[in-house]
Amino acid sequence: MSAEDHGPAYAVAATVTDPELPVLTLAELGILREVRDVDDAVVVSITPTYSGCPAMAQMRADLTDALRAAGYATVEVRTVLHPPWTTDWISETGRRKLAAAGIAPPGPARTEAVVLPLAAPPSRVRCPRCGCPDTVEISRFSGTACKALRRCPNCVEPFEHLKEI
Amino acid sequence: MSTHRASSTTNAGNAYQALAEAHDDARWAFGTGFDDPLSGVDTTLPDDVPGGKLAEYCLMLGDDALIAAHRLQEWCTNAPELEDEVAIANISLDLLGQARLLLARAGRADGTGRSEDHYAYFRDEHEFRNVRLVERPHTDFADLAAFLLLFGSWRLALLGRLTGARDPVLAAIAGKAVKELSYHREYAAGWVVRLGDGTELSRRRMIAALDRWWPFVDELFHGHPAEIQLATLGVAVDPAYLRGEFDTVLASVLSAGRLSVPDGAPVAGVAGRTGRHGLHTEALGGILTELQGLARAHPEATW
Repeated sequence: MSAEDHGPAYAVAATVTDPELPVLTLAELGILREVRDVDDAVVVSITPTYSGCPAMAQMRADLTDALRAAGYATVEVRTVLHPPWTTDWISETGRRKLAAAGIAPPGPARTEAVVLPLAAPPSRVRCPRCGCPDTVEISRFSGTACKALRRCPNCVEPFEHLKEI
Repeated sequence: MSTHRASSTTNAGNAYQALAEAHDDARWAFGTGFDDPLSGVDTTLPDDVPGGKLAEYCLMLGDDALIAAHRLQEWCTNAPELEDEVAIANISLDLLGQARLLLARAGRADGTGRSEDHYAYFRDEHEFRNVRLVERPHTDFADLAAFLLLFGSWRLALLGRLTGARDPVLAAIAGKAVKELSYHREYAAGWVVRLGDGTELSRRRMIAALDRWWPFVDELFHGHPAEIQLATLGVAVDPAYLRGEFDTVLASVLSAGRLSVPDGAPVAGVAGRTGRHGLHTEALGGILTELQGLARAHPEATW
């Protein structure tokens, strides 16, 4: 959905960026679920990426600040827990921006219960720098819970991968 | 993390106060500084769901996560490699997030409106309802891997079934948590296999770790009467039903690591009372002293 499909308050909310992935807007990340505006009051609904995501408060504050600055006197930011956020909600633009920033975008989210992979699964993550298709996982968790750390054997650089959830 | 931006124009002489004033939350220095994790969520109780019992149940599941998260935080600056340091901290953060949502749910369900902080900081030892497994200190890295495998496999089986619970808030919390827990379990399983099938030393330590944890496993499958009553209403899960899935997962991981299922006797309760009843090991006292000390010394303090 583009900002033009929504009201003017959505257009304002859609400019707010993610505190931990500042190359993406909250809309591109897919956590901005709904923006309803009636006169000068706005209700924004967002869905947390992870249960313990420490950026939620910053997102609320940034949304409130942006909408107040745009002239909306009353801003309420609501949390929507269901359905849970999935990386499938990241827009195509968002995926392009991630790759451009050196972060490999996620593949399709897992839909089935995880069968414990006791052997390393085949790599499906391309190096965002050189495009090498065969990269190696260094750690399932990186600087934030939502990213894994990988290495490219071709350009010999480490990179982060927004992992599927 | 900060919800607040320092303003050079307000109270330049007191940076803390300036930070606190930016969003009217003066208690930020003690914790997340962020408001209710259930902010704006419809927390109306479904018909026939007894609020007090649901709150009790949320405390059980929330306390499991809170105390486990605390133990994992003790690995910060102590992990063998930077990558594991970061992984453990992230797993801890996921569990802390689950705890916050569950404790906040408890305060809505019992009608008291008490906050997550009230439950975390101002309850005494006997009021905590976690299983005793989460209390035991981790003695080495093999110990941590074994703990995460046992706890993660059990909790994933439990919360997986709760995604269909009749309380939509609890179901939604579980729906998010299972995605996180499957990553935790995978991380743990990888290390259990690697250490079990590794060197002579790593294998010896892995076997010893599993033996140390095993006495706390049996308790995971004995439901408290409140859990069993809620299970009949479709609100909770009777943990006895989790044993099959748990055993299957464990058997597959252990056999991949050339390890056997331990057979030590379960740690005893007292007159049938265990962690879920508020009866704990001596380790919980130490955890709560550290967890609650600051908040209790300065209740509602502003910095």
